[in-house]
Amino acid sequence: MKDRAEVVIIGAGINGCALAYELAKRGKDVVVLEKHYICYGATGRCGAGIRQQWATKENALLAKKSVEIFERLSEELGYDIGLRQGGYLIAIHDEEEMRQAKKNVEMQRSIGLPVKIISPDEIKEIAPILDPEGMEAIAATFCPTDGHANPFKTTYAYARAAKKLGAKIYKFTEVKDIKVKDGKVEEVVTNRGKIKTKYVVNAAGAWSKEIAKMVGINMPNKPVRKEALVTEPIERLFDCMVISFKHGIYFSQQEEGQILGGIPSPEEKIGYYTEPTFSFLKHMAYMLGKYAPPLKHINILRQWTGFYDVTPDALPILGETNIEGFIQCNGFSGHGFMIAPMVAKLLAQLICQEKLDMPIDRLSMERFKGKITKEKAVVG
Amino acid sequence: MKIVCRCEDITEEDIIKAIEEYGCSTLAELKQLLRLGMGHCQGRTCLILAAKILARKTGKSLEEIMPSFRPPIIPVEIGLIGEKKDER
Repeated sequence: MKDRAEVVIIGAGINGCALAYELAKRGKDVVVLEKHYICYGATGRCGAGIRQQWATKENALLAKKSVEIFERLSEELGYDIGLRQGGYLIAIHDEEEMRQAKKNVEMQRSIGLPVKIISPDEIKEIAPILDPEGMEAIAATFCPTDGHANPFKTTYAYARAAKKLGAKIYKFTEVKDIKVKDGKVEEVVTNRGKIKTKYVVNAAGAWSKEIAKMVGINMPNKPVRKEALVTEPIERLFDCMVISFKHGIYFSQQEEGQILGGIPSPEEKIGYYTEPTFSFLKHMAYMLGKYAPPLKHINILRQWTGFYDVTPDALPILGETNIEGFIQCNGFSGHGFMIAPMVAKLLAQLICQEKLDMPIDRLSMERFKGKITKEKAVVG
Repeated sequence: MKIVCRCEDITEEDIIKAIEEYGCSTLAELKQLLRLGMGHCQGRTCLILAAKILARKTGKSLEEIMPSFRPPIIPVEIGLIGEKKDER
């Protein structure tokens, strides 16, 4: 293992690997440390969705800029990431949700997203397997450029491209401590040796809070267990991701034909528990049957758990801290995959002291000192 | 050509390539990269075969490589498991 690097990234999920690529592309000497293997955490357990329809402008912009990158990513990285843009259909259940949806759509359209509000009849036109009555939907919003990509392939593509540019990714390497001297990061201590460095990026997902403690930073993030399931692959039935903020459900048909989805588990817990629950399976199956009755006849193959790294306002924590060289890249609250391409670009610009494509000051931890505006468009 | 995973059409060559070119050293990584064992049988036939290939290529013991299984044990129909008594 190397004993020196300009930047040490902790965590080889989508954000860590994408940032390694963006930095290596700019000529930086980068090391990624991963306690398990690439995609072990939230990235490898996520719903794979790419959504631009957010309630806060920060998230919507990060997602929109990320989609622009996703659209050319297979070509840029020389590896097919399995991007499919079948849109996101977000159910609207009542007048209150309609008021919020109108506000969201107005903001989303103002930044150039082709979102519109559609009727129950139009829901059936977009995805004939959906039952608006079973969904209890009075309308929906739809953005055709939303979609999904394969999280494994995307992360491996970034990791492979980063390695080609000289980045090192060390698997099964656990960070034990981070040494700080005169308010600056100095050295990362692992189970396999020490690395001297100028920058440490905390991209450890649900374990970011533990990493931050090593430099004396107390983070408000909470690890929240989430569950998901996948069915056998079937003939293509629909192209869009279907979600509901009220029911918390999301599901889509992936590239290979399987239906993948999740819903808050009736036994949802805070903390690092990994046991899948039967109550989730039952609840998700029931809701899938309500949303898309034809799905009742297909088989569930697998269920698993993962962690959201949730912040008080469901917005990520990005950028500099009061420890010089300690950079945050976490708190993604369940949508780290879809905004990773832009987050990686911005943090690479920050570390390389370039001009940032968009400001990220409002996403630093400083915001929790004042009044926060919570992202309302959260699912799962 | 030797087929290892029949559900997902994965060959021994695919697995060796994933180990040699992508540095996969666990079954979890092979699953992620190749969809090995993610098909209808949930890896009942292929994961043990893949574990043997991994052991041979990496020098690890089979005990270190043993797969983890995710529920349900057998595929279950959505309509069956999601049925509510009062809606029968």
